[in-house]
Amino acid sequence: MSMILLIEQLLNGLQSGLMLFLMAAGLTLVFGVMGLINLAHGSLYMVGAFACAGVAAATGSFWLGLAASIAAAAAAGAIVEVAVIRRLYARDHLDQVLATFALILIFSEGTRWLYGSFPLYLNVPPSLSGSVTLPGGIQYSLFRLAIIGAGLAVAAGLFLLIGKTRIGVQVRAGEADREMIAALGVDIRRLYTLVFALGAALAGMAGALVGTIQSVQVGMGEPVLILAFVVIVIGGIGSIKGALIGALLVGVTDTMGRVLLPSAFALVMETSAATSMGAALASMAIYILMAMVLIVKPGGLFGARA
Amino acid sequence: MSAVEITAPGRRAGRMGRAQIVNVALALGLVGFGLGAWATGETFLITLATKVAILGIAGAGLNLVLGFGGLVSFGHAAYFGLGGYASGILAHHALNYTPMFEWPFVFEGSTSMPVIWITAMLVGALAALLIGALSLRTTGVYFIMITLAFGQMIFYFAISWPAYGGEDGLPIYVRNGFPGLNTLDPIQFFGLACAVLFAVLGVTAMLVRSRFGLALQAARQNRQRLMAVGIRPGGVLLVAFVISGAITALAGALYADLNRFVSPSMLSWHLSGELLVFLILGGTGRLFAPLAGAGLYIVLEHLLGGVSDHWQFFFGLMLLGVVLFARGGVIGFLAGGKRNG
Repeated sequence: MSMILLIEQLLNGLQSGLMLFLMAAGLTLVFGVMGLINLAHGSLYMVGAFACAGVAAATGSFWLGLAASIAAAAAAGAIVEVAVIRRLYARDHLDQVLATFALILIFSEGTRWLYGSFPLYLNVPPSLSGSVTLPGGIQYSLFRLAIIGAGLAVAAGLFLLIGKTRIGVQVRAGEADREMIAALGVDIRRLYTLVFALGAALAGMAGALVGTIQSVQVGMGEPVLILAFVVIVIGGIGSIKGALIGALLVGVTDTMGRVLLPSAFALVMETSAATSMGAALASMAIYILMAMVLIVKPGGLFGARA
Repeated sequence: MSAVEITAPGRRAGRMGRAQIVNVALALGLVGFGLGAWATGETFLITLATKVAILGIAGAGLNLVLGFGGLVSFGHAAYFGLGGYASGILAHHALNYTPMFEWPFVFEGSTSMPVIWITAMLVGALAALLIGALSLRTTGVYFIMITLAFGQMIFYFAISWPAYGGEDGLPIYVRNGFPGLNTLDPIQFFGLACAVLFAVLGVTAMLVRSRFGLALQAARQNRQRLMAVGIRPGGVLLVAFVISGAITALAGALYADLNRFVSPSMLSWHLSGELLVFLILGGTGRLFAPLAGAGLYIVLEHLLGGVSDHWQFFFGLMLLGVVLFARGGVIGFLAGGKRNG
């Protein structure tokens, strides 16, 4: 196993971790502030990807598509919040799970109705196609590098927004005590819609970026949603910092596991058995990581409540 | 009779009668539908009724922890699928004459349902013991996400492990047998599934009314009080979780035999969601909720599916309406009476 391949995979892990963070940040904010478990977050990711694919195909510009993905997902999030989610804050988790499960059915089947079941493909914008040579002679895709940059920038922006701005203060106060902040004159309903739309916009952006590397299709949000759940369970629900660390841990563990485990087993058994054994174990690696974190810290790494 | 009414003595006289009538009507409705389909030679409808009975068993497994124990498990497809794979793998080895293992003794696999059922229930119970022991360290939304994540872990394992078909699944060439019955005859297999369903519902009713069941319901209502009378909620809930896993795995084994096919889709989180949907449609915490919910779901799937390919869209809208506006489900609507806790 060469060093170059290893570093390349580490970068891939970082990239997928940062995209997971964009998903997990919205989920963890919505749970932290509103106490809501939102299964339909993956649908907003899908909405972003489809909006990007649709607009990029119509205008020929990836950048307009990206802007459309953020706008469409934020708008879808705001509409869903006002129409449905708002009625669920006071309900128990079972009702929230079922209602947002119903939303997934509606979103997925509605998208299939509009676009059909065939995957769509997005082109990498010409200015970001090709690869660059990193220090040490590693060839790496420019677009993936740009995604890493964008992910880091959004993460930094989110920390500033939550940590330093007036909105951020309100969000954190809402997390601590929602009755009190409403009594202080903050329009809590508008704040909730805003937080939900913000989370949706991040999910939509992740959907557009990942959709460009992979493909855009119905159901693409569900595997990511479950990974994002693993991330926020590891990081601690409600904690943005936990979501970032958890996302990077999950992204790197998953990517490296798929590369390293088959070769590790190849040292002790024949190649074909090692490949299947390694692949099977690699697919379980992040869940094993989650179980280990839970044994040590049932509330997650940075969780306030268990 | 549902144990819920037992905890509400004030309502006992009138409500229990109505709930009981609804339950009997549901049971007779299922059996009558199957027999009617048999009399008119509609084999497809017998299969549909068998599917309702089997999914009802799976729902009954979930109902024990969700309806009575208050644990929202979002990973019950894991036990359902493991039961299915237990059936598929045992039959695979027996039909291909490749022993499953040769040490400490030669085991050829099996095509006998009783052997398969016991194996499936043991596998389901063991998986539920491991997953439950870890997941029950947490509560609330963590519990939901963790059970979901463990379910996905087994799903991905089944997809990437090629020995038993991987993503393509595993066919069962001939439906497994039951002593004294011809399981290839749809109506006999339907009868078998119904017998198991009513046995499981009977066991659930007994469990719920036992000391254990009262402790389980107390764990849902108020863990502190349960601890105050000297019972550890964790132990009660774990036992319920293990029994639940075993029942759901039994349903999975039957389902694999119904379709003569096992695939990772039996382990998918959509199935976990559907099991939850059965209970909410039927009325959470009602003994017959799984049967009512599974029946309604299959009927809707069949009717809406005939109208539009995109029936899930309309089903989603309907489910949303039920969750937001019509709590209590079918049995709550028919039998009345609010469930306590």
